[in-house]
Amino acid sequence: MTNDSDPILDVAGLSVRFGARTERVQALDDVDIQVRRGEILALVGESGCGKSVTAMAILGLLPKRTARIDARRITLGGTDLHGASDRSLRRIRGNRIGMIFQDPMTSLNPVHTVGGQIAEIVRQHRGVDRRTARSRALEMLDLVRIPDARGRRDAYPHELSGGMRQRVMIAMALACDPDLLIADEPTTALDVTVQAQIMALIADLRRDLGMSVLLITHDLGVVAETADRLSVMYAGRIVEEGTVGTVFSRPSHGYTAGLLGSLPAEGKRRQSRLAEIPGAVPRLSDPAPACAFADRCAYVTADCRAGVPPVVHPGPGHRCRCIRPDAVYADLSQSDIVRAWQ
Amino acid sequence: MAAPNSPPQTVAAARTRRRPFLESLAHLRRDPTTVVSAAILVLFILIAIFAPLIAGDPTALNPIRRLGPPAPDAWLGTDQLGRDVYARAVYGTRVSLIVGGAVAVLAAIPGVAIGIYASMNRVGGAIVMRLVDALMAIPAVLLAIALAALLKPGLPTLIIAISIPEIPRMVRLVRSVALSVTAQPYVTAAIAAGSSRSRLVFRHILPNTLAPVIVQATYAAASAIIASAILSFLGVGTSPEVPSWGGMMADARGFFRFNPELMFYPGLLLSVLLLVTNILGDRLSDALDPRKVTQKMP
Amino acid sequence: MLRYAAQRILAGIPILLLVSLFIFSLVHLTPGDPALLLAGDNASPAQVDEIRARLNLDQPLWRQFALWFGDAIRLDLGNSIYSGKPVTELIGQRVEPTLVLSTVTLILTVLIAVPLGAVSAWRANTIVDRLAMGFAVIGFSVPVFAIAYVLVYLFAVRWGVFPVQGYKPLDEGMLATLHSVTLPSVSLALVFAALIARVTRASVLDALNENYIRTAHAKGLGAPRILFWHALKSVGVPVVTVIGIGFATLIGGVVVTESVFNIPGIGRLTVDAITRRDYPVIQGSILFFSAMLILINLVVDLSYAAIDPRVRG
Repeated sequence: MTNDSDPILDVAGLSVRFGARTERVQALDDVDIQVRRGEILALVGESGCGKSVTAMAILGLLPKRTARIDARRITLGGTDLHGASDRSLRRIRGNRIGMIFQDPMTSLNPVHTVGGQIAEIVRQHRGVDRRTARSRALEMLDLVRIPDARGRRDAYPHELSGGMRQRVMIAMALACDPDLLIADEPTTALDVTVQAQIMALIADLRRDLGMSVLLITHDLGVVAETADRLSVMYAGRIVEEGTVGTVFSRPSHGYTAGLLGSLPAEGKRRQSRLAEIPGAVPRLSDPAPACAFADRCAYVTADCRAGVPPVVHPGPGHRCRCIRPDAVYADLSQSDIVRAWQ
Repeated sequence: MAAPNSPPQTVAAARTRRRPFLESLAHLRRDPTTVVSAAILVLFILIAIFAPLIAGDPTALNPIRRLGPPAPDAWLGTDQLGRDVYARAVYGTRVSLIVGGAVAVLAAIPGVAIGIYASMNRVGGAIVMRLVDALMAIPAVLLAIALAALLKPGLPTLIIAISIPEIPRMVRLVRSVALSVTAQPYVTAAIAAGSSRSRLVFRHILPNTLAPVIVQATYAAASAIIASAILSFLGVGTSPEVPSWGGMMADARGFFRFNPELMFYPGLLLSVLLLVTNILGDRLSDALDPRKVTQKMP
Repeated sequence: MLRYAAQRILAGIPILLLVSLFIFSLVHLTPGDPALLLAGDNASPAQVDEIRARLNLDQPLWRQFALWFGDAIRLDLGNSIYSGKPVTELIGQRVEPTLVLSTVTLILTVLIAVPLGAVSAWRANTIVDRLAMGFAVIGFSVPVFAIAYVLVYLFAVRWGVFPVQGYKPLDEGMLATLHSVTLPSVSLALVFAALIARVTRASVLDALNENYIRTAHAKGLGAPRILFWHALKSVGVPVVTVIGIGFATLIGGVVVTESVFNIPGIGRLTVDAITRRDYPVIQGSILFFSAMLILINLVVDLSYAAIDPRVRG
């Protein structure tokens, strides 16, 4: 969507369909995502909206037999990923793109030591000997601030807490100095206090290592604290995109407005009930040629169902697929969150 | 535990989803492999029932036609005593099917009763399970051979000898299913609400054990058919005059070099019967029980 | 780890005791009087009584068991009624072929079944998978002696590559021994491998849906590494478990196979003893096989700790 000269990850026109003749699901529809060098881009949306599918499609990890992937462009620092062979994709996965997953309890292999699992990725991509890989594992465990890294290196995943395991996952993802880290809901499965530590760690490592991060989350609080820009996804489409400052200070899509409404406002953390977006996420089996959010939107008009809304620019670098961005903004302009960001 | 252990995945999966029994079976009607296997099994049953109509006397001796070639009155030739191999093969179906069917029933009934008892009685259950462990530590075929050889020879002995080693497997299965059913919140609630024991058994436990027991009984039948063939082959099964496939193979051993077909006819029939039984067991297992609670023995 | 091992070993003892009780009752509660059998047709009642007393058959049953069991733990299993030799000695003479046959079969089985099951799972629902599992169902269904005779017919009678029957002991050279047990071992392994391959496939299929396999893909690892290092190692426990369970069947198969190939092992000893109603030998050899089975399952239990760090606790 943007014309940024040098995004590290550039995805354009990504569509993913699952299933055979009988039951098709359009998981992604014409998705554009750019992650610029050194930035944290948050991909935000409810579960099931296609965030994880996006990540898996970028890595080429969707099941070939059921998933049909179309894209104008998927490139990483100029390297084409969309048309790449399995072999060259494998050289990129874990090496130039590191990935961490939602559930650290099950994402590590229970029968291998954590040090071994980190060393494995180093040996795979760097071709170094066992000892070098082992000392790299130690280095990485230190980097992610695991206390007594030397002792923990030979521990098995079940001997570590959830937070420690997620640190191990991060250490593993970063062991080959990737250009891009994809973090898919990295804190969802963790305790609240641990969540903050892990997000702080990711933010620090981004600064220290100068890498880029694609942060997949449903938590706008996390986005506000750590991300530079955000892309809001709904039902397989990007509906709004911009820097955190522009989007939070001038929300222009009904769905973003709804998400902000369900974010506990600063100083109002004890608010007893969060505002909820009424209705349910539409079934992705037959995408309507209309705004997918129309059925749940508070600002809906008859025109919303006339066709897929075009992209509008409420401000510089701020893009949105909504035909009534001003109505949305006008309604939210006096809310606490928006005022706090202005 | 040093006795044979049930594999982790068989230790009573919580069976939350129970598809209506007949609906699951109806589903199988559209699977060609199942239909063909069932048809072959039915064919075997018909052959066993109508043996006298489609074959001559399997015991008639004809000393001058020993190891004779195929002839109009002996399609598959004659054996070392001049008996009609075709007739013996046809009648041999009877022993296999009777043993298979009888063992499936005789393993299931005490297995279900003991298994449910073991799941409901703490001390009794522990004792039963130790006995089960011990029985399963004796290789089934050896136990059956010993029982068959030491009791009075004959078909009933054969059936009992093969059923006994099958019972402990059934007990284990039923107990684990019963325990997992009892642990279901709605069953716990029923118990807490003062539901009677018999209601618990008949309303909750028995219906849930039905599907896995049927599957396990199918495998028990297959395993019994093999065991009866092994016993006959080793000469401790039925008496030699009663035609059985295992017995035919035992007879053929001495003439194997020049008349291997005498070995292969009964061997092939035995293999086909076992194949269709195992396939039906597999399909039943997939259809009735998505989480596969049964233990399978070849 | 040591405590775990000790627990497992201690748990095996009552089972062995129960097994011996079963075997003892089996022989002693069945009809027929061993003393009469032993004495022969022309013996006088006094001679029969004398034999009865010598074999403790005049004692109450519980005392007979106590005496027998007391001797058994001192490895005295009595003497064969038929040959008069000590049962322990008879078993000792026959143990080598049985152990060689079981070991070779076990190795062959694992070499065939585990890769077959793993590859089937990796290529689930493709033609490769269907062929492999078709083979497994057939291997499962064809009785071991039928397979044995097919192999004998092809490799011994037709092509003469392997002997029709017989066993060459290890002192005649390892190769001669292996040559003589090839056909029996392959027959047994085909049957046994079918079981193991099916379980391996099912377990690997489950494992491949685990999140850590997704992680392994995201690490850019190759298929062999993911399949054999990540998936297979984590399913070690169920696979080893079913090897232990299947061993009971394997022993049954060994008994039959020894008979088919005329191998002088303990299986043959047992079958011969049963047909001769040689009670001490029947008791002794069934006890031997049960002890072997319990031992195998003990090894299986102990191997859990080696395979899965979570068991070590």
